[in-house]
Amino acid sequence: MSERRVLVHGGTVVDATGARRADVLVAGGVIAEVGPHLERGRRGTLALDAEGCVVAPGLVDVHTHLREPGGEEAETLESGSRAAALGGFTAVVAMPNTEPPADSAEVVRYVLERARTACCSVQPAGCITVGRQGKVLAPMAEMAGLGVRLFTDDGHGVQDPSLMRRALEYASSLGVVVAQHCEDDALAAGGCMNEGEWSSRLGLPGRSSLAEEVMVERDLALARLTGARLHLMHLSSAAAVAAVRRAKAAGLANVSAEATPHHLSLTDEALAGYDPVFKVNPPLRARADVEALRQGLADGTIDVIATDHAPHSPEAKQVTMCEAAPGMVGLETALAVALTDLALPIADVLALMSWRPARLAGLGDGQGGPLVPGAPAHLCVVDPARGWVVDPAKLASKSRNTPFAGRRLQGRVRHTLYAGEPVVIGEEAQR
Amino acid sequence: MSQARHLLSVSDLGAEGIDEVLRLADTFAEVGRRPIPRVPALRGKTVVLGFFEDSTRTRMSFEAAAKRLSADVMSFSSSGSSLSKGESLRDTVCNLEAMGVDAFVVRHSCAGAPSQVAGWLSHASVVNAGDGAHEHPTQALLDCYTLSRERARRLGVHPPRPAVLAGLRIAIVGDIRHSRVARSCVAAFSTLGAEVTLVAPPTLLPASLAGWPVEVSHDLDAQLAKCDVVYVLRIQAERMKEQFLPSLREYTATYGLTVQRARLLGPSALVMHPGPVCRGVELAAEVADSPASVITTQVGNGVAVRMAVLYLLLGSGGSLGSGEAG
Repeated sequence: MSERRVLVHGGTVVDATGARRADVLVAGGVIAEVGPHLERGRRGTLALDAEGCVVAPGLVDVHTHLREPGGEEAETLESGSRAAALGGFTAVVAMPNTEPPADSAEVVRYVLERARTACCSVQPAGCITVGRQGKVLAPMAEMAGLGVRLFTDDGHGVQDPSLMRRALEYASSLGVVVAQHCEDDALAAGGCMNEGEWSSRLGLPGRSSLAEEVMVERDLALARLTGARLHLMHLSSAAAVAAVRRAKAAGLANVSAEATPHHLSLTDEALAGYDPVFKVNPPLRARADVEALRQGLADGTIDVIATDHAPHSPEAKQVTMCEAAPGMVGLETALAVALTDLALPIADVLALMSWRPARLAGLGDGQGGPLVPGAPAHLCVVDPARGWVVDPAKLASKSRNTPFAGRRLQGRVRHTLYAGEPVVIGEEAQR
Repeated sequence: MSQARHLLSVSDLGAEGIDEVLRLADTFAEVGRRPIPRVPALRGKTVVLGFFEDSTRTRMSFEAAAKRLSADVMSFSSSGSSLSKGESLRDTVCNLEAMGVDAFVVRHSCAGAPSQVAGWLSHASVVNAGDGAHEHPTQALLDCYTLSRERARRLGVHPPRPAVLAGLRIAIVGDIRHSRVARSCVAAFSTLGAEVTLVAPPTLLPASLAGWPVEVSHDLDAQLAKCDVVYVLRIQAERMKEQFLPSLREYTATYGLTVQRARLLGPSALVMHPGPVCRGVELAAEVADSPASVITTQVGNGVAVRMAVLYLLLGSGGSLGSGEAG
């Protein structure tokens, strides 16, 4: 918590309660006052210009790979949380597919300890199964006792339907979310891009969207049976969106879904140049899938936007398409891609990236707002008119594997405050 | 092609580019018939054969082509090299380039690897010698060469100028899904005006044929009666494990070019195969050795066509001259 007094002035405050022209005064790590034309008051107050900007609750990412422990060459909590802050995030849920994986209280404690000095709140997720092997349930209650609210074997789906059923049943008494990486291994069959027109032309092994559809339909049935809280990660296909829409329309209320900026923006045609930076699981799909995902966001079928920020070292990416690690970094571009490509009002984008994911991940502590006096000061200041070009060399992430290199985007985070501390000022990280 | 630095896909060539290769291949075929089949066209150039996947025929063919052009040839395979010590493909080719290599002939099991190598290199040329299930451009070029020359020879006329296969009906039979040869041949044959029909069980067709200039059939007998060329692809036994086919026996019974089926072919029809042939599976031995078969001609023409490709990429006004010992 920062003791510093900060005045964010001249912007429009947007949170779940609506929009109003207001300044925000922060003191002692919490919001002291929200209102028009606030006085800076005592000397030493830092004034942050928000003219022309939207002042919103900090963004929340329910799907971030920070690679620590075990993958520090690609990312650390320090570098990843700095990237998050630059992207406007004040909280991220760290995926448990580390080395060793977060499948025990020890690893969760390690991550929580390292998270204390991070530039944003880092909430560890736990594994559903020991070693992410899909064989034995991980000690979910013990990890939940440390504050873990989301469990997933992400990177890999839980294949065994019986085990997935038990995981949901067991989790249902813990008040936690079970999040599934929706791909049936047998149908995905080791493919390295979407199966379809482009994979057929490029001669690359395809990864059928059927792999996602089948897993989504199966898990929807399991959610119906168990009543447990199920979250479907990184939906990528029109068929999966349609399945979730049908289930929700039929009254299934314990299911949520996310989509990533890359699946909402790019298609499998991007693979035409055989650049492994575009390799990701689930893979980039066809234009019709992108349209279906956007429709799913618009009609509420998809609840949140999540980055699936997946840093990889050059050694893991500058290899052949078949060998390359799947995944893309996204924390520093997510909001700008959403604002540029989605044709949604900024308040809707913020709902998808801040207060809804905060609620989904059960964060509390003022994450996701609303911006009211007394609340912890987690906020981001976004200039929606700011155009910029993505330069991989300038990313704060340790890794450079952005699929948006060279893309001109509209909208950029100017300042970020985490627990009252200005961690980003004028588009620059402060630590 | 004269300006191009790499040959990665046959689609990069267009009809004119293909014709240029075929015309030059005629000249080099003549060199091959000399007592000393060698010209100094690429003297001083260094060609690396980077076969990161097993190959006999294509590697030897490129080696013969490069040597007949007087280039220095270095061979490379993944086993027994720094790759097996964990060096990346990128570092390997960049280090070789630093030794003064002018061209890399790349075969790799992963589609796109030659394109990636081309992107990593600063000046050397790359020839795709087969990448995954993507392309095998020099195979398609030698097939176009063989087709136009054999048709002309058998009809007693000169090969058409520029090279055309207009109106020719070509049936490509077999494992299209996993075949780089099929992708290059479909592109090359249709660019030159042929009508291509793919004949395969649905499991051995690509997931999507959107944008492919082809017809599809599951009835080989019907196609044999009306095609001018039947191009048979190898059935890879390893595919059987992946449940693409019930058995090789059933494949032979339904899609194999058996002696009995070959009788359906017209009198001037040609039988082609990119090799290696699994005799008795996709192609009966008697058919492979029959007068309709031009399979060994394909192999023979491969050297001349690859000489043409290497010359067009690396030659800088070098004289074709007369044969001399290197």
